[in-house]
Amino acid sequence: MKLPNIELLRFITAGSVDDGKSTLIGRLLHDSKSIFEDQLSAIETTTRKRGLSGVDLSLLTDGLQAEREQGITIDVAYRYFATPKRKFIIADTPGHEQYTRNMVTGASTANLAIILIDARKGVLTQTRRHAYLASLVGIPHLVVAVNKMDLVDYSQEVFDSIVEEFGRFASNLGLSNIIPIPISALEGDMVVERGENMPWFRGETLLGVLENIEIDHDINLEDFRFPVQWVCRPQSEQWHDFRGYMGRIESGTISVGDEVTVLPSGRTSRVREIHTYDGNLLEAVAPQSVTLLLEDEVDISRGDMIVKSGNLPELSREGEAMLCWLSEEPLDMRRKYLVKHTTKTAKVLLNRLDFKVDVNTLETEEGISSLSMNDIAKIGFKVQSPLAADDYRKNHATGSFIVIDEATNNTVAAGMLMQG
Amino acid sequence: MGNLHILHKKLTHLDLLESESIHILREVAAECRNPALLFSGGKDSIVLLRLAEKAFRPAKFPFPLLHIDTEHNFPEVIEFRDRRAKELGERLIVRSMEDSIRAGRVVLKSPTQSRNAFQSVTLLDAIEEFGFDACIGGARRDEEKARAKERIFSFRDEFGQWDPKNQRPELWDLYNTRVHPGENIRVFPISNWTEMDIWQYIARENLEIPEIYFAHEREVIRRGSGLLPVSHLVTPKEGEKAERISVRFRTVGDMTCTCPVESVAANVEDIIVETATTRITERGATRMDDQTSEASMELRKKEGYF
Repeated sequence: MKLPNIELLRFITAGSVDDGKSTLIGRLLHDSKSIFEDQLSAIETTTRKRGLSGVDLSLLTDGLQAEREQGITIDVAYRYFATPKRKFIIADTPGHEQYTRNMVTGASTANLAIILIDARKGVLTQTRRHAYLASLVGIPHLVVAVNKMDLVDYSQEVFDSIVEEFGRFASNLGLSNIIPIPISALEGDMVVERGENMPWFRGETLLGVLENIEIDHDINLEDFRFPVQWVCRPQSEQWHDFRGYMGRIESGTISVGDEVTVLPSGRTSRVREIHTYDGNLLEAVAPQSVTLLLEDEVDISRGDMIVKSGNLPELSREGEAMLCWLSEEPLDMRRKYLVKHTTKTAKVLLNRLDFKVDVNTLETEEGISSLSMNDIAKIGFKVQSPLAADDYRKNHATGSFIVIDEATNNTVAAGMLMQG
Repeated sequence: MGNLHILHKKLTHLDLLESESIHILREVAAECRNPALLFSGGKDSIVLLRLAEKAFRPAKFPFPLLHIDTEHNFPEVIEFRDRRAKELGERLIVRSMEDSIRAGRVVLKSPTQSRNAFQSVTLLDAIEEFGFDACIGGARRDEEKARAKERIFSFRDEFGQWDPKNQRPELWDLYNTRVHPGENIRVFPISNWTEMDIWQYIARENLEIPEIYFAHEREVIRRGSGLLPVSHLVTPKEGEKAERISVRFRTVGDMTCTCPVESVAANVEDIIVETATTRITERGATRMDDQTSEASMELRKKEGYF
């Protein structure tokens, strides 16, 4: 059977309930026919129970019993829908407290962020915060959805002035590729259908953008990086001498015969085979999971990284990063933590706090001695054994790390490496 | 560069999902001391097995297969389970709920009561017996709203319980697999797959699945909004009558609460077409136990259910 050639796009929605975020997601799912009858009848019942009529689309993203009982929202829920062109994964994060932690988590794997602005309120503090976090996490594409256009008479002037204000602010953050769209999630204008209320807008609908935006260049195809996950030695009769290095190509491409360097040892060899279950390949590309066989017997284990010899990452025991603190327990600079970077885990000392960023004003604060939940800071660190790493802006996979507290085993921070 | 660009273009959503799942499976193998893969003979776990082959061949799997048997399973599925494990040459451990019932750890109200919720007891017993620190399962986030909020590496306390409020943040593809003794992790490598992705992958990989997934004539009873298959466990109540119609199963599980849907889909291609046009969710159509309250799955998961 011939399967359709569908691409995958991951996106995050940034905004609070008041901005109509749940209604927007409900509208996208509903109008793209991704809602099932039993889901629809369940929310009809709930809408009626709450004394309202019709179908409240925001209820589609309503949470768990634990959340309803305690009036809290769990950080991120994943939702799925597909059109004939693309499959979509939405990381839906609640918009209020702990927003930094939640948005950074949801954004870390996103190709695109939709920043929602209430047309009546314009660019707010939270809009700036969302835009800053999107730039920090390096989301390649940004849609600015000016919502509730129905409440401002679908006015082009209102839309234009919000877009202009956002643009001024965003250029300071180095954000490019911003796509503004006026929408009404409640009425459906410009979400999936164009509607008839904004003939002055010539751009694509929101779904049109999600379906058509070019994402091929989001992945780094220049720098081959292959963190070794697992060494395969079957030791069976048939595969007696097989020694394969299993992992996922995080960036770049590799071909049989390419000269490679293994880090941190610095040993070199050539690629003899690119093995997969479906047969050997002549070349492979990120983000394929493959098994590499080399020409020489080199001592390689999990945590090592195979790269092309002409294109090495930085190998260092220390570094600098932007760090987002995720834990309720504050940073204790006297303690050692664990860092997980690619497939390597090592002891780390977070030994320098340069400054903290106020995500609302973007002002920096120096002379700090600790970090608490949702803080973002520039830090310096020392690792027990060297990391083969790239600048986060160039390579998300080899430029990101998490920090783990050895005592509780909790993930306490997320870091983005800065080089040069 | 032009050439490589074309190569990348050829990776479809299934290629990307597959690569992500392989990456997850290898992380479990490398970082967990003693994992097991839950294999029921159902379609999602059949896909998991193919992904494990892609992740670890030409070597054997670095973990055994584990099935928690309610003994209310469809015989065709159990036959398939045993045959598939044998073909793969992998070790299959079966722990039966009857053992938990005999040991007095599960007390049923009646012998025909649905056993789905009680699987948790037998599963937790098996985890303790073998000292598993990670169980790999075929749950998907699109199945249910409690699942939508679960991590790929989902942490469980020493009572096997899931605490939705206290989950570890999961960033990029950097998974925190660390646990204290007695605690364990459930790992869901196909979290990001949908029902449609599963069927498309089964078609692409030409995977064999148990016959009951295809349309067949079966005696059923209409009860509530669903169809219940007649078996030694389910017989018509007063006022109900059994009828013979063409059905298929969208999920396979406990015979007393897994409902088939009316269908004439005779092969995977037909199923894909039906999946694309169905207007009812997978669990809504097929699971009586999810319809008892709005939070059924959430409550079961807190007790240690998958």
